[in-house]
Amino acid sequence: MSPAAGIGFKPQHFDAAMSGTSDALWLEVHPENYMVDGGPRLAMLDALAGRFPLSLHGVSLSLAAAALPNAAQLQRLRRLIDRVDPVLVSEHMAWSSWAGRYVPDLLPFPRTHEALAQLVRNVVHAQERLGRRISLENPSHYLVLEGHEWSETDFLGELVRRSGCGLLLDVNNVYVSTHNLGEDPLVYLDTFPLHAVTEIHLAGHAPDDTGTALLIDSHDAPVADPVWSLYRHVLSRAGVRPTLIERDGDVPSFTTLLAERERAHALLNSEGLTA
Amino acid sequence: MNRLACFQNDFTNALYGDAADFKPAHQAAFAIYRNTAMRACLDALEANYPAVVCLVGREWFRAAAAIHVTESPPRDPRLTTYGDDFAGFLGAFPPASELPYLADVARLDRLWTEGFVAADADVLDASMIASLGPDALGALRLHRHPAARTFASSLPAVSIWQASRNGMAVSADLVWRAEFAIVTRIDHEVSVTPVDAAAWRLFQASTEGASLADAALSTLETHPDTRIDLLLASLLQAGAFAT
Repeated sequence: MSPAAGIGFKPQHFDAAMSGTSDALWLEVHPENYMVDGGPRLAMLDALAGRFPLSLHGVSLSLAAAALPNAAQLQRLRRLIDRVDPVLVSEHMAWSSWAGRYVPDLLPFPRTHEALAQLVRNVVHAQERLGRRISLENPSHYLVLEGHEWSETDFLGELVRRSGCGLLLDVNNVYVSTHNLGEDPLVYLDTFPLHAVTEIHLAGHAPDDTGTALLIDSHDAPVADPVWSLYRHVLSRAGVRPTLIERDGDVPSFTTLLAERERAHALLNSEGLTA
Repeated sequence: MNRLACFQNDFTNALYGDAADFKPAHQAAFAIYRNTAMRACLDALEANYPAVVCLVGREWFRAAAAIHVTESPPRDPRLTTYGDDFAGFLGAFPPASELPYLADVARLDRLWTEGFVAADADVLDASMIASLGPDALGALRLHRHPAARTFASSLPAVSIWQASRNGMAVSADLVWRAEFAIVTRIDHEVSVTPVDAAAWRLFQASTEGASLADAALSTLETHPDTRIDLLLASLLQAGAFAT
């Protein structure tokens, strides 16, 4: 797809999105919200697919679990892919389902050789069942875990090499994680396998309100200035890539989100002209 | 079990309370995962049971829902339909015993959700059967629309639900009696239509495989004074049947 900027779609923005005239706008949805048998939600997705390039950004395949992803969930995702023909399909480098329970969060794990082999197996399996390449998003970190045998960026690079998947670089996650773990975001970005990046995410974060010094990947605020700086850094090194503004909490009007999206779009355009 | 599986076992158990032996759970940051997961579950239940929220208030609702989440955590990633046994939980929840209609109101919220996400099908229109002669009409077997559901309560739960779902106080002249409703969906709009016991019976009978004539007879057995033609017209108008 063309390296334009998109917006994470919220149902309350449907009318505004359908009547808008933005240049090269694309939208991203969580497929889980549309895994229904029928009714207004699916009709809304069909209408969006008829009007915009769509990206399906899953949160529940649990690809980093020590088991293959759930067959029924893969089948539901495949049905949606066949239905809306998305330009991008992505998931997370995290796990959320284990032993029959679903935890609605993106959970971490020690980056061991064993975990990498399992993740590669799961991603290859998912790509086969979905009939296409998918991209995995770098996680937000809060915990200091012991037992890592890989740096995250080397781990992601090896995942790409072995599975053939792409990567979704969430610049806000990089900012939040490196802040929380006391690392340098520029070092992280400069070792990130940028060649495999098919999409970039930008979102807002918030300080933890329970008294820690941690930042939370809350998606409930505008993209912060340091994240814009890191984004420009990524563009200067990787070139232009489709970029998404994500907003899940304290959701403003579509017009306000569109203005934030125009900022990313303008950066993509100016970078594209100077490249 | 391999190391990754052990880690995931320990992590999940620690999320649901047993954190003593899992070192990462001793970090303050572990609470972020616990809070995020719980908040997502509570948000889902709050979205799926709006009439209950209106009746008990948000604070009471989330406190009760948190107990339910701990007892019945999600097993399916589709949180838009999480909480299928929440009505049963409320029915057996001692602090809710002063609101005997609460579980039925929750049940109706649930049926609304089921209607909302059900498969699409064309609604059977009255004009489609108007041309049938009496014999053909009597032999007709009607099919429940995939979004159609029946609801019965020994309490005025339909009236209470309707007011609460619209964020309004229940009318002071509420009559304390059994109520019935059918949930349907026409043009992607879910409707809850109050019906009388006879219409409810006719719908039940006619969608359990009986011919329309047999369904009418069984309805007349319990409701001898009813007008089957009017009941059928009201069910058709609500969109209860598929073509």
